[in-house]
Amino acid sequence: MDIQSASQMTSWLVAGRTLFLTIHLLGVLFFAYLVAMRMVPLLRGQRDFRFDQPLARLGRVLKYWLGQWKHPRYRTAGTLHIFIFAGFITLAIRAFTVLIVGVSYNFVMPGLSGRAGSIYDTITDYAATVVFLCMVIAIIRRLVFKPPRYAVPAKFGKAHTADAIFLLSLIGILMVADSLFAAAKAAAERGQSVEALAAFSLPWILQKALASASLPALGKFYFAGYLLHEITFYFLLCYRPFGIQFHVETSLFNVYFAKLDREILKPVRYGISDEHLDEVKSFGVKTFEDFTWKHMLDFYSCADCGRCSDNCPANSVGRPLSPRFLTIKARDYSFQHYPVVGHADNGTPLIGSKDSGGIYSEDEIWSCTTCGACEAECPLLIEYIDKIVDLRRGMVDDGNVPQSLQKPLKALESRGNPYGKMEKKKADWANTKEFQQTCAVKTIGKNIGADTLYFVDSITSYDDRMQSIGRATAKILDHVGANFGILGAAERDSGHEVRRFGEETLFMALRDHNVDAIKASGVKRIVTSDPHAYNALKHDYKDVPPVEHISQVIAREVKAGKIKFNPIANNKENEKSVYVYHDPCYLGRHNQIYDDPRDVLDAIPGLKRVEMTRSRDRSFCCGGGGLMLFYEPKEEQRMGVKRVQMAAEAGANVMVTACPFCMVNIEDAIKVAGLEGKMTAIDLAELVEQQIVRGPDFGLKKEEQEDKECVVASSTTP
Amino acid sequence: MEVLVCARRVPDTSENEIQLNSAGNDIERDELVYSINEADNYAVEEALQIVARVGGSVTVATVGGEDDEEILRREMAMGANHGVLITDDAFSGSDGKGIATILKGLVQKGKYDLILTGIQAEDGGAQVGGMLAALLDYPFASLVNSIEVLDGKLKVSREIEGGNKEISEIDLPCVLSIQTGINEPRYVGMKGIRQVASLPIPTYGASDLGVDASAVGETGAKVKRLDYFVPALGKGAEILHGSREENVDKVLELLTAKGGLK
Repeated sequence: MDIQSASQMTSWLVAGRTLFLTIHLLGVLFFAYLVAMRMVPLLRGQRDFRFDQPLARLGRVLKYWLGQWKHPRYRTAGTLHIFIFAGFITLAIRAFTVLIVGVSYNFVMPGLSGRAGSIYDTITDYAATVVFLCMVIAIIRRLVFKPPRYAVPAKFGKAHTADAIFLLSLIGILMVADSLFAAAKAAAERGQSVEALAAFSLPWILQKALASASLPALGKFYFAGYLLHEITFYFLLCYRPFGIQFHVETSLFNVYFAKLDREILKPVRYGISDEHLDEVKSFGVKTFEDFTWKHMLDFYSCADCGRCSDNCPANSVGRPLSPRFLTIKARDYSFQHYPVVGHADNGTPLIGSKDSGGIYSEDEIWSCTTCGACEAECPLLIEYIDKIVDLRRGMVDDGNVPQSLQKPLKALESRGNPYGKMEKKKADWANTKEFQQTCAVKTIGKNIGADTLYFVDSITSYDDRMQSIGRATAKILDHVGANFGILGAAERDSGHEVRRFGEETLFMALRDHNVDAIKASGVKRIVTSDPHAYNALKHDYKDVPPVEHISQVIAREVKAGKIKFNPIANNKENEKSVYVYHDPCYLGRHNQIYDDPRDVLDAIPGLKRVEMTRSRDRSFCCGGGGLMLFYEPKEEQRMGVKRVQMAAEAGANVMVTACPFCMVNIEDAIKVAGLEGKMTAIDLAELVEQQIVRGPDFGLKKEEQEDKECVVASSTTP
Repeated sequence: MEVLVCARRVPDTSENEIQLNSAGNDIERDELVYSINEADNYAVEEALQIVARVGGSVTVATVGGEDDEEILRREMAMGANHGVLITDDAFSGSDGKGIATILKGLVQKGKYDLILTGIQAEDGGAQVGGMLAALLDYPFASLVNSIEVLDGKLKVSREIEGGNKEISEIDLPCVLSIQTGINEPRYVGMKGIRQVASLPIPTYGASDLGVDASAVGETGAKVKRLDYFVPALGKGAEILHGSREENVDKVLELLTAKGGLK
């Protein structure tokens, strides 16, 4: 091959220069236009402050975007994605170079001449090959193995398989086109001192295939390869803003702007303090434009991978909610109402029948238990709970609340608990004569103080079964010598679910009442046995003393040696027990308390413990707490039943949990699943109290006990 | 259409433990929480839905004292345009006819096409609706569980024992007593109540309504409460203590024996 032939090749490139320059310009302009059109709804969306803490946000980008942190949770798909992502990142510079080469044949990216360039070329040869192979595997997965999470239920429309394969094929074609003109070029330049293609890479294979082709033929291959690359590249670029493939562009921004303080619920409106909430005419999300711009960006960024819905307990038991389609439907809505050409048609209510333009049903939005499984899984850090709560706030604001929830909400307003029980009976669980003799619990009042407040919350105070958790907790606090008391009638419901069900104003009233009562009590710390109360006190309340869940207290006291356990086999019935710990959502996923309860269980001598496949941050919600107990969902099965079956599959016959709502759901589910006599449930506090070693060496010192008795005596006179 | 809904504030049965007072002539009223009588809430919702369809306004009125204003506010938060508090010392101790007489005064003061009441007050005797209609010489339908507005009249459906429905036509103006379940009342949150907190609520007394004070209140009452008591508990339900299978067999046996299964 000689110089002449190389210049021959450039001669048609000069001719092609105009063509390619035109394609470049048109492609870039059209893409810019599309992006601008996609920005329109974002500019009309609600405020959302996501511009603070750039370093923390960059850290997130490094971990979740560049580091693909969540992908390996799904081994096969995750690995494929990591390869594809790495391939794309590697090929990015090459893609630019190639585009410029269409206009200026001898262009070399600065810094990539000489040795660096030849190393980069070798890497990209392999990167293109890897991406191509990944596309082939992905297509085979979609067509042959069909992972169930990609399926589209009939109610949500047609299958997305054709779209997915179309997209995968386009990327595959892009890789082939890129390799083809590189191969043709290399074949044409054979014998010259140019770098060889990376052995066994896609371009290398194509080069071998073209080895015997004539120079004009190679010229045609080169041109065809380049043109195909050009067209595919720009088609893909401009096709991406129309579907899930848009995440290629948006993911970086979505991860950067992701919420940093996930445990704190989104306020009704960012930038408006509680005092000024009265000035806000409409609460929550009613129309698409009520979403914040970041929530809209979430919709664009969804890659339709189905991991959220695959982990969603509501979806799993056949409730009408699927987080995946919560996003996909909103995205389709925005594409339809903010078309690329024509006027925006906005302001349609999101909730309601399809005829009225609605995309969500009421049941769909009430179906969520806010367990957070979807958010724990999403590789793109899409937020769901805030959106669900915002949609509920909109419904509550319009008076659109299921009848089954109206009674408990009204009772919360007038009585401070969802059951409509009398305030003065709140401390009844602790005031039975029998219990007072073993463990005197004082009600903090005018002349009765304490260091530690046991915040009991409604269910543990009023529910006959859950009162046992309250008594066990009190005994444990008593055993470790805590100077503790309860608020009694002055304690209102923590409001945790009230807030998550969208009744912000009622929540604020409950919170303000409790904050005042806690401050007036003068306690230095708060302990609770209810993870929902824990989460509310820790994240929804402000200016209250530090709060701990009882499992944290127990774990600490076990380490300190203040709590020692009798062997589990002391109780004959326990001999054949195999324990499994069920992570309550608001202890585990929302507050990362996974190890303390397990450490406590493992400290009990002889306790045999297994793990369920779905544990820790993949724990499966038992069915939800608080107001969710009053909601009557349309479902095929109870979440609790599924959970109990998971425990049975793990080989356990005792489920330990650390939440009164889990206890309600699990005990019910044991009956429904027909596992009575084969499975039991116990709260961590109950188990600990049962196994604790009592005696002179443990628990309270004598003087402390006397002090305590004095206080108790005074507390009996009102 | 101008709709008047007569509502009443009652102790909420789901949120109170109703006990006799020491005198044994009434319930213990300390620590009670009150809410709007449930059927009246359905009546207000129905009025709001009618007005949303055909236009007009909704007024909610109650006979009582200052404390009763809270239910008016709640119904105004729900969407009622006006609230009216009818209060006078002379009104206390009124019987059903007395209340109806007072309400008649209000109706005649305004221009209402339709007057709704709940089917009955939770602590009442389902008297006022019918009596009010009779005093006004208006047509009356009770136990109404659907309303369709026609020209100058209504098509209403009434619930008949056994779940059947009777459809009737009724001329306007008229009085209807509304059955619960006619609709699904909307939720009223605290935000809504706060937003109507400062709206004025007019107060009317006997002279404002042209009501003869001697015909109402304790003096005018011809029905007087003598006693109030909680009946003694009867024999409780039978609890089965066997295994699931045994219990199923036993239930089947009992149902067959009592004629519940053939």
